[in-house]
Amino acid sequence: MNNGVNGPYTRFWRRFKTNRFAVAGLCVILALFALSFCASFLTPYDPDALDAWHVLLPPSMAHLFGTDELGRDVLTRIIYGARVSLKVGFVAVGIAVVIGTVVGLCAGFYGGWMDAILMRLVDIMLCFPTFFLILAVIAMLEPSIWYIMVIIGLTGWMGVARLVRAEVLSLKSRDFVLAARVLGASDARIIFRHILPNALSPVLVSATLGVAGAILTESALSFLGIGVQPPTPSWGNILTAGKDYIEFAWWLSLFPGVAILVTVLSYNLVGEGIRDALDPRKQ
Amino acid sequence: MANYLIKRILMLFPLLLGITLITFTVIHLAPGEPVEMQVSMNPKVSAASKERLRKFYGLDKPLHVQYGTWLANLSRLDFGRSFSPDNRPVRDKIAERIPITLSLNIIALILEFGLAIPIGILAAVHRDTLIDRGISVFVFVGFAVPTFWLALLCMYFFGVKLSWLPISGIHSLGSDRLPLMARSLDLARHLVLPVAIATFGSLAGLSRYMRSTMLEVLSQDYITTARAKGVRERAVIYKHALKNALLPVITLLGFSLPGLIGGSVIFETIFAIPGMGQLFYQAVMARDYPLVMGILVIGACLTLVGNLLADLCYAVADPRIRHGEG
Repeated sequence: MNNGVNGPYTRFWRRFKTNRFAVAGLCVILALFALSFCASFLTPYDPDALDAWHVLLPPSMAHLFGTDELGRDVLTRIIYGARVSLKVGFVAVGIAVVIGTVVGLCAGFYGGWMDAILMRLVDIMLCFPTFFLILAVIAMLEPSIWYIMVIIGLTGWMGVARLVRAEVLSLKSRDFVLAARVLGASDARIIFRHILPNALSPVLVSATLGVAGAILTESALSFLGIGVQPPTPSWGNILTAGKDYIEFAWWLSLFPGVAILVTVLSYNLVGEGIRDALDPRKQ
Repeated sequence: MANYLIKRILMLFPLLLGITLITFTVIHLAPGEPVEMQVSMNPKVSAASKERLRKFYGLDKPLHVQYGTWLANLSRLDFGRSFSPDNRPVRDKIAERIPITLSLNIIALILEFGLAIPIGILAAVHRDTLIDRGISVFVFVGFAVPTFWLALLCMYFFGVKLSWLPISGIHSLGSDRLPLMARSLDLARHLVLPVAIATFGSLAGLSRYMRSTMLEVLSQDYITTARAKGVRERAVIYKHALKNALLPVITLLGFSLPGLIGGSVIFETIFAIPGMGQLFYQAVMARDYPLVMGILVIGACLTLVGNLLADLCYAVADPRIRHGEG
């Protein structure tokens, strides 16, 4: 598929490439991954090292983004904080996609009472004010990044389930699926070989946008003090300090927010790019 | 239409039951007991008095009995009593927080629709021009910006730097002694930043939606016909297209219903507004089960009703849905 012929992946990539914003977003995301992997080589500072002599210093050559209330380098903490955000985005959305796909497949493929029950469950889950629900559960558990990822995943699968169900319903009666069935293929084979690969492309779009949402939710939770706990840096909990010192240290508030903004924006642009590239109506 | 309505209303009951079941299970299965929370501050509390406290709150009974009691009370709209030391009915605690959250959100909602509709029309009418691009940039940034961060920046800029606006609470100290006019002005000044941020938060999504429905309508045959007849462009857009494009956007009002009462934990915490979001946050932190469950159930039920209203508006406006389902 890589030798330039019109495979579905090459075609997809060729169309994705034409969208400059989406490509820029992709570059930013890749750069962020690179940054967070190489964090310890990139910065001379330790993200957790306290330095009582250099508290709340404004940005300078030594500390490009200034220092925080405990004398830690803000740029260093933002780079290490990227690890949290990237991890949360991926794991939370991974969980949501797996649950949503299984539920959507079961509902769409088997239909009947299974469909009725699962889709009512989706309706019920969609009624809850998501952030309130996440807040309630997280606050009652020990705050930990793993709980956050799991809870965001557990409250975010409904959209995927609806998408997958709709795709499965339309694929189920297509000729190639009927042909497989006539040839005696088992349910499992039909689902995994014929339906699932075709049902997943709209999921890709919603997953990419979901990553952006998960990053925003995590930063909000950490900002409220029930997400990632200090001293582990996360963009949200740096902003908590930013709020406390807003009158003296604007740099504590500005830079982590820009980091969130740029990351979320990039994921959204990539998501839109994928949507356009997959949409047969657009050239 | 009547059939459709009855069917939809009958469907509400199993959904309501599901909502209560999920709320109850989630809250009660989470570790950390309210009694432990209250007692951990005070090492002198004996095991016996802890047990008394549990009994007082009804936490000693098996889970299904607790659920049954709670559900029975809920059916009479009795949400129980708060676990906090004041032990007041949950209903009263919620009722006193609603006015501030509701008024803040209604103002924000009016501004959102008032701004998003013209922005969306503007972008659609000037499709692919500089105006549309500019609005797109605004929309994408609006989607990505964390509202609590925007709130911080505005607090810094307008509150600290320029000192134009107060940055927290809804009253100045001693404002209750001011005459009515001055007091209202004081309240208004406190609400400017929260309302602005709340409006900005949903402006992006709404204006993008308006743009896409408007574009869809503009590509319809009857618009081409109107143009071919020589109807002026202004009339095509505001008379022929707008009416149909507004319909899906207006139904979104139904979906905003739960948000009106629900409020936002984030704003209310940042701006120290004593509304529903703050109440919920405090309730969660204190493991005040009845209050947490009360707010969650009310929020979910309002969503349910909001969805129903939105669908009904749609059915009233669109005969295809009315007859297809009925």
